[in-house]
Amino acid sequence: MLRIEARHRLGALQLEVDLAVQRGECLALAGPSGAGKTSVLRVAAGLLRPEQGRVEANGETWLDTERDIDVPAEHRRCGYVFQHYALFPHLNAWQNVAYPLRALSRPERRSRAVALLERFGMVGLAEARPATLSGGERQRVALARALAREPEVLLLDEPLSALDARTRAAATRELGGVLRDSRAPTVLVTHDFAEAAQLGDRVGIIDRGRVVQLGTPSELAAAPGSAFVADFTGAVVLTGVARPGPGGVTRVELHGGGIVTSTDRADGVVAVSVYPWEITIEPAGTEPHGSAENRLAAEVLSVTTVGNRVRLGLAAPQPLVAEITAASTERLGLEAGSRVVATWKAAATRLVAA
Amino acid sequence: MIRSVWFRALLVLCLAAALLFLTLPVVAIFVDSSPADLIDSLGEPGALDALWLSLKATAASLAIILLVGTPAAYLLATRSFRGKAAVVTLIELPLVLPPAVAGIALLAAVGPSGILGGAIDAAGIELSLTTAGVVVALTFVASPFYVRQAMAAFAAVDRTLLDASRTLGASEARGFLRVMIPVALPGLMAGTALATGRALGEFGATLMFAGSFQGITQTVPLAIYDRFSTDFDSALALSAVLVAVSGAILLSVKLVRGGEALDFAPH
Repeated sequence: MLRIEARHRLGALQLEVDLAVQRGECLALAGPSGAGKTSVLRVAAGLLRPEQGRVEANGETWLDTERDIDVPAEHRRCGYVFQHYALFPHLNAWQNVAYPLRALSRPERRSRAVALLERFGMVGLAEARPATLSGGERQRVALARALAREPEVLLLDEPLSALDARTRAAATRELGGVLRDSRAPTVLVTHDFAEAAQLGDRVGIIDRGRVVQLGTPSELAAAPGSAFVADFTGAVVLTGVARPGPGGVTRVELHGGGIVTSTDRADGVVAVSVYPWEITIEPAGTEPHGSAENRLAAEVLSVTTVGNRVRLGLAAPQPLVAEITAASTERLGLEAGSRVVATWKAAATRLVAA
Repeated sequence: MIRSVWFRALLVLCLAAALLFLTLPVVAIFVDSSPADLIDSLGEPGALDALWLSLKATAASLAIILLVGTPAAYLLATRSFRGKAAVVTLIELPLVLPPAVAGIALLAAVGPSGILGGAIDAAGIELSLTTAGVVVALTFVASPFYVRQAMAAFAAVDRTLLDASRTLGASEARGFLRVMIPVALPGLMAGTALATGRALGEFGATLMFAGSFQGITQTVPLAIYDRFSTDFDSALALSAVLVAVSGAILLSVKLVRGGEALDFAPH
C-alpha cells in the first residue's frame, strides 16, 4: 500500500492531499494543469519535500516531517515515468533501461534491458538513441526503464500526453495491460478524464491543490460532487435556481431563461449537469412525449463528425453540447443554423450546489 | 530593389574587411617564415624548452581547472543561494583584469611577501620564479573562461534528467558523473578549448609573477618576446608554432561539436 499525505505551499497553490493506494491498484489523479498533480508524484518520489507530510510504501516510512524522516529519492524504490520521459540523450535505448541495473555485470544488464524492451514490443531498437525514436517508442523505453528495478511504487506523469492521437489509443491499451499485471500501487496523473477513467481503478479529481472528489470512474460520472467535477468529466454544466416542485421532482429556473426538472433534490442556486450523449435532438415545434423530460429550444452552431458520432454545438439560453449518431443527424438534416429542440430525461439531470 | 542590392553589398564588404584584417597578420607569420626556417629555429636551444614548458604548464593548469572548476560550475548552475550573483561575478573578475594587474595581484597574494606567502613558504612550496608559479598564473587567468562556459552548459541540461537518475537509484554524485557531464560535454569541451587557448597565450601575469627563465618559467609567448628584438626570424617561427597549436585546438572543438550536433539531430 502507498500512502501520501502532504501539505505544501507552491507559489499561489496550497497543496493539501491525503491519498491511499492499495497493492495492485491504479489511482488516477485528474485535473487541469497547475492543479498540483505532478507535485503529488514528486512528494512520493522524494524529489519535493513538503512542509508537512508523510509517505509510506508497503509498510516502510519514506517521509515523516514530524519525525524528521526523509529517505533520499535514490533509496525509494519508485518507478517514475516523467511527462516528457526524461530519457538520457547520450545513452541508447538499452543503456537507458539498464541505468538502474548497476548491481549486475554488463552482459547481464544488457540482456535484462533488451528482454524488457522486447516485452514492450521494442524489437531491434535496443541500440537506437532516444532522438531517433518516435514518441510511442520513447514512452515504451521510459516505461521499461521505470520497471527495470522492480519498483515498489509506480508513478506516471501524463504518460500519454506527448503522443499523437493515433499512437495514443494503442499506447493506452498497452499501458492498461502493464498496470493490470503490476502489483505495485500506482499513481497516474493526467489532465484528461477519459484517460483517467480508462486507466484508473479509482479516479481522484484534483483542483487547486486539493482532491475534490475520489471514486470509481462511473461513480464520478453518475454523481459529480461539484460543478467543477461535472465539467471535468465532460458533462454540460448549466446554472440556475432550484425549487422543490410537484411529484418529488426539482424545478430549476435556468439563468438566461428556460426551466428544467431533475429527480435530484436541491434548493437554491445549483449547477445542472447532463452528459452530451444523454441529449437527443428533435425538430423545432415537436410536442413533448412525457412529463419527466427536459426541453430547450436551441439553434445549431456547429456540426462536428467524429467517426459515426456527431457533436453538436447548440446555442440555447446557455450553451449546450449534444452527441448524437450520424444517422439521426442526416435524418434531421442538421446543419449550422437549424432550429431544434434539445431534450433529455429528468433522471439524467444531476444537480449540485454551485 | 536597388536599395536591397546596396545593403547586401555593404554586408559583404564589411565581412570581407573583417576577414582580411583578422587573417592577414596570421597568414603573414607563415609567409614570412619558410617551413625550413621554422624547423631550423626549433632546433635552436631554448625554443623546444619553451614549447615543452608551455605544454606542460598548460596541461597542469587545465587539470586543476577541470577537476575543481567542473564541480564548482555544476554547483553554481544547479543551486540557487543568497549571494550567488556576487560569487559568479567574483569568479568572472579575472576575465576583465589586465594581465599585468593579475600578475601584481598574484604577487600580493601568494608571492614571497604576499598575504599567504608565509604560509606557502612554511608548507615548503615555492611559487615565484618557478614552474609551479607559471601554473598558478595560467590557472588564475584561464579558469574563468572554463567555469563560465561550464556553468552555461550545465544550466542548459534539462533538470528532470537528474531527477530521473535519482529515481533510478543513482545518488546525485553518480548522476553528475553519468548524466550531467556526458550531456553537457559539448559545452564543457568548448570551455576547455577557450581555457587552453588563453593559458597557451598567457604572457603578462606569467612574466610579472613567475619571471622569464629559460626552461623554468619561459613559456612560448615569453620566449617570443625575448627573441623579437634580437632574432626576429626565430620569434616568427615560434609564433607560427603557437598559431598551429591554437588553430588545431579550435578546429578539434569545432569537429567534436559538429559530431555531437549530428548525433542529437532530430530524425
